[in-house]
Amino acid sequence: MALTKELALFRRTKSLETEIDDFLDKLSESGMVFEHAVKLYLADGRTEEFDEKLRHVNELESTADRLRRSVETQLYAETLIPESRGDVLGLLENLDSVLNLFEGALWSFSIETPDIPSDYHADYAALTEIAVRAVESLVLASRAFFRNIAAVSDHMHKVMHYEKEADKVSTKLKRAIFASDLPLSHKVHLRDFVEHIDNVADRAEDVADRLTIYAIKRTV
Amino acid sequence: MDIAVLLFLTSGLFLGWALGGNDAANVFGTAVGTQMIRFTTAAVICSVFVVLGAVISGAGPVETLGRLGSVNALAGSFMAAFSAALAVYVMTKFGLPVSTTQAIIGGILGWNLFSETVTDTNALFKIVSTWVLCPLLAAGIAMVLFKMVTAYLRASRLHLLRTDAYTRLGLILAGALGAYSLGANNIANVVGVFVASSPFNDFSVFGVATFTAAQQLFLIGGLAIAVGVLTYSKRVMLTVGSGLMPLSPVAAWVVVVAHSLVLLLFASEGLERMLAANGLPTIPLVPVSSSQAVVGAVLGIAILKGGRGIRWNVLGGIGMGWVLTPLLAGLVCFIGLFFLQNVFGQTVYRPVPYVLSEPVLERLERAGMKTDRLGELRGQTFSSARRFRQALGERMAPDGDDEAKLMAYAEVDPMAIDPARLPDLETSRLSAGQVQAVRGLTGRTFMHTWMLAEALAGESGEWRPREKTTKNKAHNKRLRKNLDFVFRTFRVGE
Repeated sequence: MALTKELALFRRTKSLETEIDDFLDKLSESGMVFEHAVKLYLADGRTEEFDEKLRHVNELESTADRLRRSVETQLYAETLIPESRGDVLGLLENLDSVLNLFEGALWSFSIETPDIPSDYHADYAALTEIAVRAVESLVLASRAFFRNIAAVSDHMHKVMHYEKEADKVSTKLKRAIFASDLPLSHKVHLRDFVEHIDNVADRAEDVADRLTIYAIKRTV
Repeated sequence: MDIAVLLFLTSGLFLGWALGGNDAANVFGTAVGTQMIRFTTAAVICSVFVVLGAVISGAGPVETLGRLGSVNALAGSFMAAFSAALAVYVMTKFGLPVSTTQAIIGGILGWNLFSETVTDTNALFKIVSTWVLCPLLAAGIAMVLFKMVTAYLRASRLHLLRTDAYTRLGLILAGALGAYSLGANNIANVVGVFVASSPFNDFSVFGVATFTAAQQLFLIGGLAIAVGVLTYSKRVMLTVGSGLMPLSPVAAWVVVVAHSLVLLLFASEGLERMLAANGLPTIPLVPVSSSQAVVGAVLGIAILKGGRGIRWNVLGGIGMGWVLTPLLAGLVCFIGLFFLQNVFGQTVYRPVPYVLSEPVLERLERAGMKTDRLGELRGQTFSSARRFRQALGERMAPDGDDEAKLMAYAEVDPMAIDPARLPDLETSRLSAGQVQAVRGLTGRTFMHTWMLAEALAGESGEWRPREKTTKNKAHNKRLRKNLDFVFRTFRVGE
């Protein structure tokens, strides 16, 4: 009796593993689409192609939400991983908030259509690349948390590194913007978009900090 | 079987219930406490395997307890078991983790004191030494196992969820093993004292298998433990699960497995035979405390983690409980026996007199003892083991070996080969040759067990013990068991 229940448990475990992996895939994919979308905007402004990317990120976000809720419900309904389910829940929700930042930033581009002088394009693109890399490292660290706890720190220090890089680029960019002859309103607008992108890297670091603690808890 | 017998057995069942309520927590506590297994699942698995373990491999440790002091009257057994159960219950009330083993041993020692029986210091030492050996062994096994498991988990890179599922399955299997060992090892505590005065007879199941009197006792004891598990263990399980020391599910699994292995080591007759056959030293078959095994295993893991997280005051409390439990049980038993005998007029022990008659002296001479040193003690009768030993001590101060011989040969245990009881042999485990030898002695009476044993050996080679080597140990033990059975069957006044 107990044994057949355990076998059923193994089947459910498999599907749950897949759902968690899918969720992480969506986050990683939305990062790539985000990078692509920002570069498209820098090149041509708000085009049909840009809106297409925005829609894509929207879809990814809602799929990820659904997956996250499904995983969380199952973890609690079936009292799986009683030791770490609180941590897994926290991790998934925090990762989801990173995805929300991608989506929010793209919406802002779409609604506010900021006028970005070509002088700053290279820095905006660099900042975007770095922020997305931070998120990708975070995704790898999260995968390691589930499968290979010892490797979590291998990815973690990269997240920290990219976040620092992002800070440097964003500071440099903001200084350049405010040192220019643009009207203050334009400067403020441009700064908002530097922060939209930089926030992604900051958030990734926050999540990474939490993940470090979760990982320590599991190895003790 | 009369009502009084059932009434007396109830104290054994009370003890079984208390043991089920407490010790089941050692087996499944960590699993239930960490929410890895639901209580009902744990309780059902535990109950089933406790009963199986008790009936199938319960025989080993019972003998050691039997040797410590054969409580030879039912009312005495009742009091020994009752005092132990009471001690367990009181200790639980005070929140001290209990050891049923120690309680029952305290009870037996109380009975020995009251009935003026001499305690077999060898058997006592054997048991007390395992109280140190058992937690140490559990700690060692837990450390090795934990290292292995964590190394495996690191190398295999299992998904967190998969690890979780495997741990769950592992906890169920280990728990079943633990419950089996608990039944096998601790059944001795529950009904061991009743074996010498068992109200049951061996009976044969369709001539295929024999269901011995002891096994029938074990089944009943096992059921009592199971009831304890189902009715009373939930709260204790939850306390153990989160109270002793915070454990991860994997560590919980290691603790349960180490605990089970240790209990099985101390209960396995098969292992003893295997070790003996290969000329290795054997592990004493002694009822050990599952609480001690669990505490040992947890400490082992704590040490691996650099000794952090050990709650020294809890450990001190546990150590204190280990000292207090046997004392309390012994005291309660002694006082209880007094009341049972003097207020309720029950026979709480069958007096065992000692005599230095001519045949005894002759037998001692044959065993290589100078009996002239006994002086005026020759021909005297003593009313109890203690008086006999006292007299010996005053007269000749024998060394341990001589004293053991004197005690063994002078003990009066009258037996008559009553033809009416011969049919009982048919359903027993005796060989045809052995039964034939007993028949040959029909009508004769014997004052001492050794007399009957020698008479039997004279009748048939199948009753002769082999030379004392490790390989022959199992054979001689079987012989001893059969002899005990014959003694029990033909004892006068049973």
